[in-house]
Amino acid sequence: MTTLEVESTLREAGRRRRPIVKVGSVVGMIVLIIGVIFAFGPLLWTLSTSLRTPAEAFTNPPQWIPTDWDFGNYVAVFNEIPIGQFFLNSVIVTVLIVAGQTVTCTLSGYAFAMVSFPAKNTIFGVFLATMMVPLQTIIIPVFIIVRMFGLSDSLSALIIPALGSAFGTFLMRQYFMQMPRELGEAARIDGATQFGVFWHVYARMASPAIATLAILNFSGFWAEFYRPLIFLNSQSNFTLPLGLVGLQGNLGTGSISVVLAGVILAMIPSVLLFIFAQRYFIEGVTAGSFR
Amino acid sequence: MSTATETRVTASRAKSLRAARRPGARRAARREAVFGYLMIGLAVAFVSVFTLIPILVSLGLSFFSWDVITPPQFVGFKNFTRLFSDGQVLSSFGVTIVLAIGIVVLQIALGLLLAVLVNNRKHKWTKALFRTTFYLPLLASTAAVSIFMGYLFDAKFGLINYYLNEIGLPSVPWLVNPTTAQITMVLVVVWQQVGFTFVLFVASLTSVPTDVLEAASIDGAGPWRTLFRIKVPLISPTILFATVVAMINAMQLFDQPFIMTKGGPGTATTTATISMYQTGFQNLQFGYASAIAILLLVIILIVTGVQFLAARKLVFYQ
Repeated sequence: MTTLEVESTLREAGRRRRPIVKVGSVVGMIVLIIGVIFAFGPLLWTLSTSLRTPAEAFTNPPQWIPTDWDFGNYVAVFNEIPIGQFFLNSVIVTVLIVAGQTVTCTLSGYAFAMVSFPAKNTIFGVFLATMMVPLQTIIIPVFIIVRMFGLSDSLSALIIPALGSAFGTFLMRQYFMQMPRELGEAARIDGATQFGVFWHVYARMASPAIATLAILNFSGFWAEFYRPLIFLNSQSNFTLPLGLVGLQGNLGTGSISVVLAGVILAMIPSVLLFIFAQRYFIEGVTAGSFR
Repeated sequence: MSTATETRVTASRAKSLRAARRPGARRAARREAVFGYLMIGLAVAFVSVFTLIPILVSLGLSFFSWDVITPPQFVGFKNFTRLFSDGQVLSSFGVTIVLAIGIVVLQIALGLLLAVLVNNRKHKWTKALFRTTFYLPLLASTAAVSIFMGYLFDAKFGLINYYLNEIGLPSVPWLVNPTTAQITMVLVVVWQQVGFTFVLFVASLTSVPTDVLEAASIDGAGPWRTLFRIKVPLISPTILFATVVAMINAMQLFDQPFIMTKGGPGTATTTATISMYQTGFQNLQFGYASAIAILLLVIILIVTGVQFLAARKLVFYQ
């Protein structure tokens, strides 16, 4: 085979191959765009319906972009249900749990990673085992304990049982395990106390893990429905998800756009946080996938 | 000085040094242990009171009959024998397993498809844009999703049936008919949760070494062969992890069916957790509900174990 022949076969092969890749790429793009439409459509419908007058809420085809923006539903949602109160309750519950778990899990995660004490592995093993147990399996005893402490039907019933976490401890421990031990030893020789080493050396380095844990807890507890449903009775204590479901039941189908305005309001903090801390949301998803 | 004496001297010096250090070392170790216990104290206290003890109490309660008002009565295995002859509760476990399998299969397959397609994109910003979009549904609460999906899947006025009619297809009785109600539940959960598997798979695909892919392409492997012979085996540990997590979550499905259908029509979407909720918190049979809860835990453990066993043959560890 001459060089020319080789070149021509190569060129031919290239010509034959390239279009296939291109077709594949175009088909891939089409599938992705269909995926985006399906992922985004329901959210867009919710947003646009929340901006329509209640009378027009169920007109089909929907006006995807409302011509007259009607913020009346957002006013109505405050008048018809105590959504301000729900919002405040959700903020209190979520913020206190996030803060509490940050403290308890950072302390315990550090100890399990860096400090040696008798029975450490046994205790940590028990922690790991409890991670397998679904919430539903323990909800009745937790309900009884909460009642014993006189906390039923209060925000404390949601907050206090959630202040410690085996998963959070595990997450922080994994992070502290990767840190060099020499830093702490050097600080000890320089006369730092045990807690000083933790506080001044390692805790500062753990901020990405703390952020990930905080974001995970925020998304989990802001959206939580099951425990509020069981622990709360009076409407004044409801958190947003429980309050919204109640709103839907009370108002019936007449005020869909009002209900959806509430749904949008409840999503705003998550979306804002996502915009500023997207990295930690993604980190949170992958955090558990230890290989 | 001979070597023998030298060794003896060094040994005795070391011995005396060790002796001098020993009480101090022991004290330091004890101090470190106290510090360790103090650090884990809060977490241990909360996890013990609100997770560990409840597990034991739940197990204990499953052998009692208790209506909350009168004192609990020990009934032995009666709750469990009743459970295994209770058609409604057993059917709720059947519903749970059917829905969970549907959810997990779709969630893994769709997540993988989207992740592979996004991973093939060349531009960084297209990747970021798609990743953000597919994550968005996870920002809504399950309650919010159940509310707006309820409207969208409405059989008479819903948008989905409207568009089906527009393209010439008949309306589907989404939440009205038992079978379609189950399908709707699967679709609603997958719509929201696919972002989770998608993000995991994208992260994992990005870590597939490029030299392996280059070698494959030099050897003449096409895109399909590369996908199924190289990429999928390399990310199989992540696929296992995603399957296990998705399965554990799907077996605990509660919010969507509870809000959208209250477990209906009939008992078509009454999952084990809804059945447990009704037994415990509506009919106040705490002992019997605990037995259901324990059975759920056992089934989740078995299913997880089976997945890990199956994975021994299928998962490729580097």
